[in-house]
Amino acid sequence: MNWLDQVIQGILLGGYYAILASGLALLFGVMRVINLAHGDLAILGAFLALVLTDHGVDVWVSLAVVLPVMAAGGGLLYLGVLERSLRSGVLVPLLSTFGLAIVIENLLFEKFGADQRSFFSSIGTLAYSSWQVTSQITIGKLDVIILCTAIGVLGGLQIFLSRTSLGRAMRATAEDPDTAELVGVNSRAVYAMATALALATAALAGVFLGMRQTFDPYAGQAQLIFAFEAVVIGGMTLWGTLVGGIVLGIAQTVGNQMVAEGWLKDVWGGAGAGHVVFLVVLAGRLIYGALEERGGVRTVLGRA
Amino acid sequence: MTLLAVEGVDARHGLLQAVRGVSLELAEGETLALVGANGAGKTTLLRTIAGAHRPSAGRVLFEGRDITSSPAHKRVRAGITLVPEGRRLFTNLTVEENLGLAARAGRGGPWTVEAVFETFPMLEPLRRRRAGRLSGGEQQATAIGRALMTNPRVLLLDEVSLGLAPVAVEGVYASLRSLIERGTTILLVEQDLGRALSVADRVACMLEGRIVLEGAAAEMTREQVVEAYFGLSRGRRNGGPA
Amino acid sequence: MSTNGTPLLAAHGVRKRFGALVVLHDVDFALGAGEAVGIVGPNGAGKTTLLNVLSGALQATAGTVRFRDADVTPTGPDGRCRLGIARAHQVPKPFGGMTVFENVFVAATAGGGHKRKDAYRRSIEALETCRMLDGANRRAETLGLLDRKRLELARSLATDPVVLLLDEIGGGLTDAEADVLVETIRELKERGIAIVWIEHIVHVLVQVVTRLVCMDAGRVIADGDPDTVMADAAVIDAYLGSAA
Repeated sequence: MNWLDQVIQGILLGGYYAILASGLALLFGVMRVINLAHGDLAILGAFLALVLTDHGVDVWVSLAVVLPVMAAGGGLLYLGVLERSLRSGVLVPLLSTFGLAIVIENLLFEKFGADQRSFFSSIGTLAYSSWQVTSQITIGKLDVIILCTAIGVLGGLQIFLSRTSLGRAMRATAEDPDTAELVGVNSRAVYAMATALALATAALAGVFLGMRQTFDPYAGQAQLIFAFEAVVIGGMTLWGTLVGGIVLGIAQTVGNQMVAEGWLKDVWGGAGAGHVVFLVVLAGRLIYGALEERGGVRTVLGRA
Repeated sequence: MTLLAVEGVDARHGLLQAVRGVSLELAEGETLALVGANGAGKTTLLRTIAGAHRPSAGRVLFEGRDITSSPAHKRVRAGITLVPEGRRLFTNLTVEENLGLAARAGRGGPWTVEAVFETFPMLEPLRRRRAGRLSGGEQQATAIGRALMTNPRVLLLDEVSLGLAPVAVEGVYASLRSLIERGTTILLVEQDLGRALSVADRVACMLEGRIVLEGAAAEMTREQVVEAYFGLSRGRRNGGPA
Repeated sequence: MSTNGTPLLAAHGVRKRFGALVVLHDVDFALGAGEAVGIVGPNGAGKTTLLNVLSGALQATAGTVRFRDADVTPTGPDGRCRLGIARAHQVPKPFGGMTVFENVFVAATAGGGHKRKDAYRRSIEALETCRMLDGANRRAETLGLLDRKRLELARSLATDPVVLLLDEIGGGLTDAEADVLVETIRELKERGIAIVWIEHIVHVLVQVVTRLVCMDAGRVIADGDPDTVMADAAVIDAYLGSAA
């Protein structure tokens, strides 16, 4: 097994996961909402782009329409659904986003059917062209574009949150919406903006997904899980999303290869390896948190 | 000229009736001190005026306009700002960011980041420090500075001396005096009666959600306030212990 | 002070720290059988912490709590409840999905240790004393504030307490409601239950208690007859700040 090649592929895959996960992390970080419809919203974005590409629009150009439309949809999603869900308690947003996920999946299925779709034809050679770095290592151009975009998106979000006035308002509202209102921040507008950003990045991820592989109306379910895993592995910070995405990507590609070469039994394939890494990290975080509550590792060991 | 008025306001706190039928008027440039025991409803009243809390009855009027259904951030833009109990700084933002955030209210006026540092010189070297790492006194100064950045016409202060060392409290009150000199209208909740009387034009005492005593600070005696504060004469009227 | 011989419930040298923050400094407290004592003081004085130490909800960092001259310091709140120390909370927390009767029944069986018929009878008695019998089949979450407070009292009563600890139970009530509550608490006192009552609304408190303890900054600063304590300059200073 060519470890280096697999790791590199994993890193590149991580770029996609980072874009996908950023919206989920944003909504949770700002509003404490776990958006169970996140994966399906990404796929919704992909199908929106598909409608345009089916009419001859270049997929890259379609982004100029899809992203703003999804952003606007995000604002409406907040005002129409999330705002009231949040008022009703901590669990209600889980229910309402779960319901939304089901609605999106079924609507897409009704409209587009079960066929696998993609943007391969729209991106032409980009779908498979690559650089041969060494005899063992090939790097896909599309993957690099996605990774660079991921860094750009996260970097953009970072600058937005730390340098702009609106970003500061968002950070303040995330910490204490009540006090934010008391200093003049329109918390509703901030939340709507955060949701808009989350949906736009999800749609971007969906379109990239469609460039790398095929998708269907139900593909959102798997993507939600991967996004969730990337966020948990990387921690709740912005750049943690990139780290988490990369770790997940590496786990999956290496896992896949190990299954292919017979090192591992095929339980779920490479995704299984990702799940294992996720569970290990989660367990580690929980244990660490429990230890901290009891005074830290040294204190607990000292008592034992 | 009455700048701020509260008419027959009722406010609930969960199931509790925290404010009952309170009416108050504040003239421009006046300083009103609100005293009373814990649970008397002072914080709820202030939050209702600031828009953070919805009253179940009554109205809040600013410059004669009914702002009762106006959300808090709109009231800030109109010129009413609250320094909430417990400071409530954004701990993940720096001092400067906390101040800058409040400037978004866009009112314009004499208060800028530099003006705040002039009033609270100990904050200047801390401008890039995260608010969560400040001492109590520094946090209080930042919280007041943050409110000032909205260039308010009415400043509401909820227990700004709570949890501060006496020296820090002195500093806070010194800056309050300079605010008063500039003509800012102030409504403050204060536990320490001596301080309240020393800085206010008028004093109101709340007990169980109602205003039980109101008058000019200069004419009010400590005994009068103590009587109203505990409402003991009411207890004796209802009959002593069995 | 009015205790004859050994106090019923006593805390001695109680210290409580939360990390670096000392909330109670060497507090002594004694309650005689059948006595009604009020605890007053400004916010942050440590009143609720002291009550929590007495009820067993908190473990003191140092010091002892004795009940009927036996050391109960290590006993938890459920154990102390079974011994006869009951506690009503500031924000009433009834078991929402259960009826008023069921709420009290749980207390009678678990806390009071009664069985079946006995528990049934006990629950009805408790509800009657607290004037809640009419609404016995209402779901607890539909109750208004006064009724919730009376339900707290009825629940406590069903555990056959000898001592009842009340934490700011008077807050948020109208004058008429407060009168009803005071009546109920008086009836409990008439049955010989000793009462420790933290309250901000002093004029309600003095209608029931014969002794007042004032705390400030984790210490007891006054202890005695209500009129004397409330006239004490140190007590007034604690609430209002020193006289200029």
